[in-house]
Amino acid sequence: MVRALEKYIRPGIKTTPFCPGCGHGILMGLILRAIDELQMDMKKMLFVSGIGCAAWIPSPHYNGDTLHTLHGRALAFATGAKLFNPELCVMVISGDGDLSSIGGNHLIHAARRNLDLKVICANNMIYGMTGGQVASTTPKGTKTSTTDEGNPYPPFDLCRLVKAAGATYVARYSVTQPVALVRAIKRILLREGFSFIEVLSPCPTQYGRRNRLDRPEDLIRDLIRRCVTEEEAEGMTDEELAEKIITGEFLA
Amino acid sequence: MPLKSLQSSFLKGTFYLSGNEASAEGAIAAGCRFYAGYPITPSSELMERMAFRLREVGGVFIQMEDEIASICAVIGASWAGAKAMTATSGPGFSLMQEAIGYAAFTETPCVIVDVQRAGPCTGQATRVGSGDMMQVKWGSHGDYQIIAFSPWSSQEMYDFTIKAFNLSEKYRVPAFVMADEAVGHLRETVRIPEKIEIWNRKKQKGIPPFGTEEADGVPPMPSFGEGERLLVTGSTHDALGYRKTDDPEVHSKLVQRINLKILNHRKEIVETEEYFLEDAEVAILSYGFTARSSLYAVKGLRKEGRRVGMMRLKTIWPFPDEKVSELGKKVRKILVPEMNLGQVAGEVKKYVTCEVISFNQTNGEIIRPEKIKEELRKIL
Repeated sequence: MVRALEKYIRPGIKTTPFCPGCGHGILMGLILRAIDELQMDMKKMLFVSGIGCAAWIPSPHYNGDTLHTLHGRALAFATGAKLFNPELCVMVISGDGDLSSIGGNHLIHAARRNLDLKVICANNMIYGMTGGQVASTTPKGTKTSTTDEGNPYPPFDLCRLVKAAGATYVARYSVTQPVALVRAIKRILLREGFSFIEVLSPCPTQYGRRNRLDRPEDLIRDLIRRCVTEEEAEGMTDEELAEKIITGEFLA
Repeated sequence: MPLKSLQSSFLKGTFYLSGNEASAEGAIAAGCRFYAGYPITPSSELMERMAFRLREVGGVFIQMEDEIASICAVIGASWAGAKAMTATSGPGFSLMQEAIGYAAFTETPCVIVDVQRAGPCTGQATRVGSGDMMQVKWGSHGDYQIIAFSPWSSQEMYDFTIKAFNLSEKYRVPAFVMADEAVGHLRETVRIPEKIEIWNRKKQKGIPPFGTEEADGVPPMPSFGEGERLLVTGSTHDALGYRKTDDPEVHSKLVQRINLKILNHRKEIVETEEYFLEDAEVAILSYGFTARSSLYAVKGLRKEGRRVGMMRLKTIWPFPDEKVSELGKKVRKILVPEMNLGQVAGEVKKYVTCEVISFNQTNGEIIRPEKIKEELRKIL
């Protein structure tokens, strides 16, 4: 399988820049797996990303057209490219801070327009590249380099936000749910309209070590324990639900 | 050769147009097929005209959520193969600065019309100013070059928008039409020629899109979807587009080249115009709408037999240093009237040894000919 995906990697790329235990490498592979299963033409694919760790998932690794843009602006660049050349299959891959904080306005407006953009938001719940500062997606109470006593504010629920703004496909999965995630990526590659998948991706380097989840496997286990389906969530008490992350397709 | 003659297939003949409308027509004639913008006084008429003209010619128009998104969409469309533009005014222009640096560094052709109003900040939205003359050159961080024109008529809003597209495509650089409220809203005769010259970006398969052998070269520019598997990034990159974020040589070479490709071609880019300079002792150096008042003042004083002349800058950036330097050798004094606090006068002082007198007015009104005459009399 790994060999089969090599043709989607830009020649000469031998390593990824991700830290040990980072979930972005898993996501990078899963997106390619979906592309491979659908036999997508990489020459017609444009991958747009912003700034941050997740923005490096497609650039320079993917062997299609890649546009590594400014912090927060990936969706605006993607809008221009897609509108002028509708033949392009435009996928935006970027982080939570990039897409939902500095780029939050572009996110809701892109969803409102329901332009055919396939958005994958790698959510590690923190600003990884800049040193672990609190993000708009960091859970309340979490310790970060700018909230050493715990984050005083609640996070965005990105799926609800994007759904309310007008997206026509919304899903959330964790990199610990590879089969479901690949299925969702394939679905957005085949459909038209603004599609949004929030992908939970562990960051042991910046998130885990400040929150007693130092080792990569600690964060992976934590995600497996916390991710539940909508059906599973139905029978749970509010107390039980407080630390859970509901995954699945919320709008399909 | 990428330069070709094109029948201007849309408007032909003589029209009564505002500067903003004329600029939109110039864009359509130059081949602009993508516009993204956000409403802002005093530039909005340009966007409104583009909205229906692009529909007529099969282009793409979109009103974005803000000016940042507008310029980013323009850059995205440019890489998808479009001749693309946006228009704005001071506050929106400030918002666009980061992405203008991106366009300069990734060598993305695009045209931005800035219809300047009285700043700083929100200032006087419906009043005139030319306070963005330095911002257009230095607004984004780091060292880069751009091309900027300063029109004084509706006719030049048409002509310079075409020039901006041509040079933007030729040098792969953001190009600006630095209009002001007075020129943007001025309504006068515009003559649209039968034929105009159009430059389209060079395309060549398999050639590195971000580097040349020459230190001041312009590489060909492929588009997305052509199978070139482009790697476009605003980080420092090598000739193929690979990020090189800690290589001193690659960074220095790239920064040098994006500057030299413009500076070494200054002679082909810059344009100035001279009036009554043959025997002039004192000269006005003027640009934009103010140059109309300046010329009126000069003509008036000439009738009185005074030896005054005028140089008009059609190109502001790259700065016409040689022409200005020659002027400085010819005359005793240069008067620079501006609707700002001496932005271009400061630049003039860099290149001349004669006395430079800055005459400034920042009250949201045009500088009237009588005022310029008065100033001239003081220094004659």
